[in-house]
Amino acid sequence: MAGASNRPISPHLQIWKWGPGMAVSILHRVTGDGMALVGLAVLLWWLGALAGGEGSYVEFTRHMKEWYGQVVLIGLSWAFFTHMASGLRHFVLDIGAGYELKNNAVWSMVTPLIALALTGATWAYILLR
Amino acid sequence: MGNGTNIGRVRGLGSAKSGTHHWMLQRFTAIGNLVLGLWLLFSLVGLPDLMFKTVKAWAAQPISATALVLFAVTTFWHARLGLQVLIEDYVHEHANKFAAMTLLNLASFGGAAFGVFAIVRIALGAAA
Repeated sequence: MAGASNRPISPHLQIWKWGPGMAVSILHRVTGDGMALVGLAVLLWWLGALAGGEGSYVEFTRHMKEWYGQVVLIGLSWAFFTHMASGLRHFVLDIGAGYELKNNAVWSMVTPLIALALTGATWAYILLR
Repeated sequence: MGNGTNIGRVRGLGSAKSGTHHWMLQRFTAIGNLVLGLWLLFSLVGLPDLMFKTVKAWAAQPISATALVLFAVTTFWHARLGLQVLIEDYVHEHANKFAAMTLLNLASFGGAAFGVFAIVRIALGAAA
């Protein structure tokens, strides 16, 4: 492409003014890729440990009960609910709804809050039952 | 059809016919993850405890094992599609992109295969 290199390209992160829609989009990618890289590794460890017998399973749960294991599990549950909420928002956007500026901004802010509430409710149930 | 800009070179050629394939699969696998992820969460939270015997007996049941296999497939499939977009967005050099996509495919199929094998062993295996 002769002469194309100095043509204006799409602006990147550093020069956009931050807005709710941009934040929820980045959150969706971060939580999705985080679950893909960390969550699936934990899933395979869990399944492999369960298939391996009591010894390997106890080893797995021992790590998950340590502070770092708890950080990973709470982080993954937050990522799950956040990605789920913003994913459901995408399904709504897919049918062509929710693009009005104010509406879009409100739901961009509400979805991460719903996810935080669901994460809190889940761990409250697990820890208090 | 011109030959100057990118859009000029493709204008008038019609659609590639496969443009929505990736997008549709992302949605189909997302629905699988949504249903099965919530099922897994509710199932585990609903167990009386998370000791080895309890969890293994639950996972070995036919419906649990079947759903776990489906979950391993839809999550790795969905993750493969999502990470592909991440690579396409940030890795621009052709050789690096090819290497990253190859690695992603190997890891996705390998991970899903190991997950399915582990579930089959839990459900049918004689060991432990």
